[in-house]
Amino acid sequence: MTSFDAIVIGGGHNGLTAAAALSRGGRKVMVLEAHQKAGGALRGDSFHPGFQANGPAQIVNRLDPDVAKLLALPDNLAGGRDVPTVVLSDRVEPAILESAYGERIRGVSKDEADRFRLLRDTLISQAGILRRFLKRTPPPLKAVGISDLAALGSAGLALLLKGREESRDFLRMLLMNVADIGDEYLTDDRLKALIAFDATLGVQLGPRSPTSLLGLYYRLTGEANGHVGGQFVPEGGVAALGEAFVAGAVKAGVTLRTSAPVARILADRGVVSGVVLESGETFTAPIIVAAIHPKTTFLTLVDAAEIGTGFRRAIGNIRSLGNVARLDLALDVPPSFPGVPQDALTGRLVIGRSMEHVETAFNPSKYGELPADPVMEVMLPSLAQPSLAPSGAATLSALIPFVPYALKEGWEHGRSRLEATALAALERHAPGIGRTVRAARLMAPPDIETAYHMPGGHWHHGELQADQLLVNRPVHAASRFSTPIQGLFLASAGSHPGGGISGLPGLLAARHILAGDRR
Amino acid sequence: MKTHDVVMIGGGHNGLVAACYLQKAGLDVLVLEKNDWVGGAATSRELTPGFLYSNCSYVCSLFRPEIMRDLELPKHGLQVISYEGGAVFTRDGDYLASYRDHDSHRREFARWSKRDAEAYERYARDVTRQCRFIQPLLMRTAPDPFSFKPRDIGELLFLAKRFGDFSAAEMTATLRFWTMSISDFLDEYFETDVVKAYLALSGIIGTALGPMSPGTAYVLLHHYMGEVDGSVGAWGYARGGMGAISRALASSFQAAGGTVRTGADVEKVLTRGGEATGVVLADGEEVRGRTIVSNADVKRTFLKLVEEKDLPERFVHRVRHFKMRGSSGKLNIALDSLPEFPALPEGSTCIRGDMHFTDSVERMERAYDDWKDGRWSADPFVDMMIPTTLDPTMAPPGKHFMSCFVQYCPPKVEGRDWTDADRDAFAETVVSQIAAYSPGFRDRILHMEVRTPREIEAEVGLTEGNIFQGELTFDQLLFNRPLPGYAQYRSPVKGLYICGSSTHPGGGVMGAPGRNAAVEILRDLKLGRQHMSKAHDVI
Repeated sequence: MTSFDAIVIGGGHNGLTAAAALSRGGRKVMVLEAHQKAGGALRGDSFHPGFQANGPAQIVNRLDPDVAKLLALPDNLAGGRDVPTVVLSDRVEPAILESAYGERIRGVSKDEADRFRLLRDTLISQAGILRRFLKRTPPPLKAVGISDLAALGSAGLALLLKGREESRDFLRMLLMNVADIGDEYLTDDRLKALIAFDATLGVQLGPRSPTSLLGLYYRLTGEANGHVGGQFVPEGGVAALGEAFVAGAVKAGVTLRTSAPVARILADRGVVSGVVLESGETFTAPIIVAAIHPKTTFLTLVDAAEIGTGFRRAIGNIRSLGNVARLDLALDVPPSFPGVPQDALTGRLVIGRSMEHVETAFNPSKYGELPADPVMEVMLPSLAQPSLAPSGAATLSALIPFVPYALKEGWEHGRSRLEATALAALERHAPGIGRTVRAARLMAPPDIETAYHMPGGHWHHGELQADQLLVNRPVHAASRFSTPIQGLFLASAGSHPGGGISGLPGLLAARHILAGDRR
Repeated sequence: MKTHDVVMIGGGHNGLVAACYLQKAGLDVLVLEKNDWVGGAATSRELTPGFLYSNCSYVCSLFRPEIMRDLELPKHGLQVISYEGGAVFTRDGDYLASYRDHDSHRREFARWSKRDAEAYERYARDVTRQCRFIQPLLMRTAPDPFSFKPRDIGELLFLAKRFGDFSAAEMTATLRFWTMSISDFLDEYFETDVVKAYLALSGIIGTALGPMSPGTAYVLLHHYMGEVDGSVGAWGYARGGMGAISRALASSFQAAGGTVRTGADVEKVLTRGGEATGVVLADGEEVRGRTIVSNADVKRTFLKLVEEKDLPERFVHRVRHFKMRGSSGKLNIALDSLPEFPALPEGSTCIRGDMHFTDSVERMERAYDDWKDGRWSADPFVDMMIPTTLDPTMAPPGKHFMSCFVQYCPPKVEGRDWTDADRDAFAETVVSQIAAYSPGFRDRILHMEVRTPREIEAEVGLTEGNIFQGELTFDQLLFNRPLPGYAQYRSPVKGLYICGSSTHPGGGVMGAPGRNAAVEILRDLKLGRQHMSKAHDVI
């Protein structure tokens, strides 16, 4: 069969979601995935004999319930036990946030826990306003429709119902930096480090940069386990969730072809007609959903003659250089983190002493340099999922932010230097871990780019910053899933509402297509 | 005891502007200034015999033409001389010049990169469009989005209509522009380091931000919307230094019947029953006024001058968290002769304008990183000018006054107060940088005044040495400036107003905060504003 109602390019979780929704909407859909296995950035691999790693994501905190339902994701993968967040600093005792982003905190004074809760409640309340806009298609600015006005109105009303002071505070805080908010509400350096880390993870901003609070708002618009601030590891790891997305799409009637990289999107005089694979095979469809990086779509797959120079330039201007490196360690034995209670080891361990530590780690990345003293998010996946390592051994996965894609010194030497720096940081908190390392695999942003077909190695397919959100994501002329080419739609992290394992870009794009929206 | 209609605390340029407008409305206004001279940070001081220093602010462009005309400042002696251009010196001995004339400017860019010269057309057009959108906002009181008063709703609708006049593409471009960093914005047009550095500098002056910080593209606009003699975007020297502006304002004020008292240091605002009734000076003298206006910054006003018990607790908390960290220093130098800059061709006019040595955005950002660590920049950004190349009145014949505005300087050095040794070490980083490009520079120095945030606070009263009376970040702009709910020049104390750069639209020698405050005061006093020109578009 070579003719479909819709072809989805890219078998990542957003592509699979879009495909499943279209299929359930009665369309005949095919997904084309370049890699041998679908799942995109949720795809794991065996990085050392006997040891399994997840993809770049190590935890789930914003999986949309409608997406989970659509793909019939099993309960033990669409949810799980909330795991804590442990902040490791130069203090002996860690700060441990439990339950929905710090409803309860161990290791800090009661007053500080209260202060954090006040900040948390304020942010969650404000994020609630923003969430309304994340789950809607951005409004068409010159032709705002009734439903858009209603959404705006109801958001405004929701804001006002909180009170005038709160409303004013919202407008004040919206584009603030996370460092100043930390100073306003908190006194404990570890908690300031945590919000600084969470706000800037995956974003090329430091905690002192204006608008950096948006990263924290974004995190708090996600729900997991039925509440905001939830975070869990699916049973079997994030890779198992990826496989469930694949299974769910197939079960919804989607045809899936792997090892099928697309070479060209066929379009003529502004109307799409199909795709050509690198193998030469051609498939036709009146609807093509590009669930890949918008830059790949428009700068590689689409003929330049089909899009205007202004649009092409705008796509080229999308800032999309990844800044997170991923480290996987195969360890002889599970590491010991003195001071961290056993039950907290299944959570995410954030290495960060203070807001200044995060800012200092950020600074060199602006110049193409490595952090000398990195902050990190560490997890021990095999503790909860023993199948990920041989018996008695263990895996450790870590995210290292502020690692520049374009490393000035070059990645040939850079990789080993960064690995050594990261191991030194781990050694400070888990003494002796260095001796137990059987194997290490570091993926710098260019490696993530290659492994997951993400230009720039940016897991959000483009910076999640104020100027690249909503009506400007990925660019103005393609911010509502439609593109200048009729029949070509976008459905990836690079489009609205952005990245993270939510499935919303795929779901919203599919709904947009099924509604026949032409605007 | 006489009760004045208006008592103005502080004779800075905004205070003088407000005082003038209020006096011309028929009120009896008294300006109390602690120093022996007026002007605040717009002064000319003879700190060494024969030389006049514009020792704080140093260059003029943003001063509103409507105010100049309303207050007849040229009649009272103000003359602004536009300067031709400037230069950025590069480390390899070359330079990038800027020229007022558009074609010369383009040709100079093309000398570095043809692509950048072409991109400059697009850039200038796009930035101008943003300026046009924002400029009416400067001379209008910011709306309060949550007051539901008819005037605020009307103002919101005015803004919405302005925005609505844009095409969708223009709207989204504006939304992007307002939240981008100047560095990212420039990357979308230009490829050459020195070109980007030259254009980026307006995005950081006066801020506690680096060129890679979001929001600096907006700050660029702030510095773009000036004019000199109708020449948009031009910058110039006030003849006789920046003090000429303040002297002209004071002269206009006094000609209208107003009174200025110098050497009068206000210590406290007096209140009764929650209403302001006057002030008390440091020597104990009481001065009564029906309306009290403070030109001091918001922290000095509400944490020092007003009793805490007269203010709501939450208000005081917010004022304490208002960010006004100083980020700049200044070197004011008397020179025995004109310095040489061998990089420039013989007879170049660039020496009359603004000159810089930071030839890349990266260097500018690294200078900012030092500030974050609580140190002055090891490789400082310098905005260097020699006004005496165009204004002979500031130095003896053949000799010169050089003004160097420097970023960054921290308000405290690694958490502790500035010492004289710090100040001198800071000065040395600047002098050695200039000397690297100008042979014999050190030998030409006759006298030097070095100002760090410590001196700026002590002399001018600008808390933490922040020259804009408050940082220009989103949470402190427009309806958030200085505080949400208090962005219309009124304070929680009835009869007490604020009119300095802590208020909208912010800092720079503009006069707009002072004028806008006068508008609100006259509105509350139910007096007319026929003598105030409506704002007109500069661009």
